[in-house]
Order: sequence, then structure tokens, then C-alpha cells
Amino acid sequence: MRRIISIIILAIVALGIALCVINIPFGASKTKVGNYYIEKGREQTGAANIVTSVVVNYRGFDTLGEVTVLFVAAIGVSTVLATLKKKTKKEVEPASLVLSTGCRFLFPLILFFGAYIFIYGHLSPGGGFQGGAVIASAFLLTYLGCRGKRISEKRSKITESLSGLVFIVVGLIGLAVGGHYFLYNFLPKGVLFSLFSAGIIPLIYIAIGFKVGSEIAGIIDKLVEES
Amino acid sequence: MIFIVLFLIIVMLAAAVSASIFKDLMNAVIASCLVSLIASILFFLLQAPDVAMAEAAIGAALITAVFVIAIRRTKRYEE
Repeated sequence: MRRIISIIILAIVALGIALCVINIPFGASKTKVGNYYIEKGREQTGAANIVTSVVVNYRGFDTLGEVTVLFVAAIGVSTVLATLKKKTKKEVEPASLVLSTGCRFLFPLILFFGAYIFIYGHLSPGGGFQGGAVIASAFLLTYLGCRGKRISEKRSKITESLSGLVFIVVGLIGLAVGGHYFLYNFLPKGVLFSLFSAGIIPLIYIAIGFKVGSEIAGIIDKLVEES
Repeated sequence: MIFIVLFLIIVMLAAAVSASIFKDLMNAVIASCLVSLIASILFFLLQAPDVAMAEAAIGAALITAVFVIAIRRTKRYEE
């Protein structure tokens, strides 16, 4: 009986969602603001990647909020795990030679790839969040492969705080110089498609990359340490 | 092209359903990792490479790692 009622409720919910979604013109160019970004985005911000120009320039304040959410999540994880009892240190079995050598070989390559993703975020797909996640996955690889290696907690905290500070200071300088809004693009735009272009966008993305990378690596470090 | 997308979507649905019915939680985590991986391929085919990168790095790699660590601390089999 309960099962039949739940199936009926599920069918009603599915019907409601379908009726809501069916009238949305997916893929059609209806919104004015989207067309505006596509037409004017490159000349106004100087970034070849329009997604980046929206994320960092037009909606830069939202990005600050996203970074803050991640920061709060990292603090929450470390607070919850700090209340647990510390396990007695067990002797970790060292990984085999093939595994540890492979990890040591791959680690700088993955770091390099992550750095490439966020440094070239204004020219090619990718950006601070993606590059930071790739860097954190490099640290995850070392935790799985070369057991016993740990990142220094103090240094990751310092990196995180400094990069967050760079983000806010660059935004405030824009507010002071431009006088219009937070994260005003006060540096020269440069030539489109060149590495040193788009003003403050590469600076912000490098800061976000370092921040996200150190935060997620810190979360993983805490979890691996406790398990 | 459309057949590749259809195949991917069918595999994704099968992985999503099996993730919810597996009794072995490690298998369920791997199945949900497969869902994220195929979602990232579909994002790429829909010309959203930025989202595809984020999905591949976070959804397929880091979330799976967090779940595996959580399973190591708790029980592996569902009753």
C-alpha cells in the first residue's frame, strides 16, 4: 500500500516537473544579457574565453562568494575532524617501488597541468576552480601512492590566506581606482589572445587556483590522516 | 554522433540505477564515479569544456576519493 502511494506521488511530481520544464526554450537565444556578453564580452574585458569574462569580470563578486563557500566548507571539515580522537600512529607499510616511482614521476606533471589550466584560463577552457581541483588531485595521488608523505598544514593555510587576500585586495584596488564597482578591471587590456591580456583576470584566476588547490588538498589531507 | 550520445546516456542511466541498488558500497561509489565521468563527456560534446573539466576533476576524482575514505572508516556492505 505504501509503495503504491509513493509511486503515485512520484508520478505527480514527475508530471509537475515535466509541465514546468516543457515551456522553457532550451538552446534558443532569448535572454538579452547572454547575447550582450557574447557580442561585447571580448572587447570589454579583453578575455578570449567568454566564460572567464563572465565568471571573473561581470560576475566577479559571485565568484568571491563561491570561494568563501569553499573556505567555510574546509573549516567545517577540519572542525568536525578535530573533535575525533587522534588514532595512535601506526607504522604505514611503504608502497612498492613501481607505485612510488610512478607517483613521483606523475606528481610534477599534474601540478604543471593544473597551473597551465588556471594561468591560461582567460584564453582556453578552464580556470581557477578547475586548475585548483587538478592540483588537489595531484596531492591525492601522492597520498595514495607514496604513503607517509604529508603536506605541511601551516604552509597550505598560508597559501590559502595569501591568495584569498590577493583576490580581495585586487578587487578593492579596482574599487578605489575605478570608483564604480568591486573588481574593476584597472590594468590595461592588452592584445586579444596574448598571454598578458585581459587586465586583472589572470591575476584573479591564479589567486583562485592557489586558494582552491590548497583548500581541497587540505580537506583531503585531513580525511586521509583520520582514516 | 547521436548514437554515441544515446549509448552514453543509456550507460549513465544504468550506472545511476545500479549505484542505488548495489549492496557493496564500494561498487556503488565506482558506479557514481562512472555517472560523473559520462556527464563530463556529455558536457564536452555539448560544447561546455569549462564545465566538463570541473566535472571530471571534482565529480570523478575528488568526490570518489572522499567516498572511498568514508567507506574505509565505516562499513563496506549494506545490510
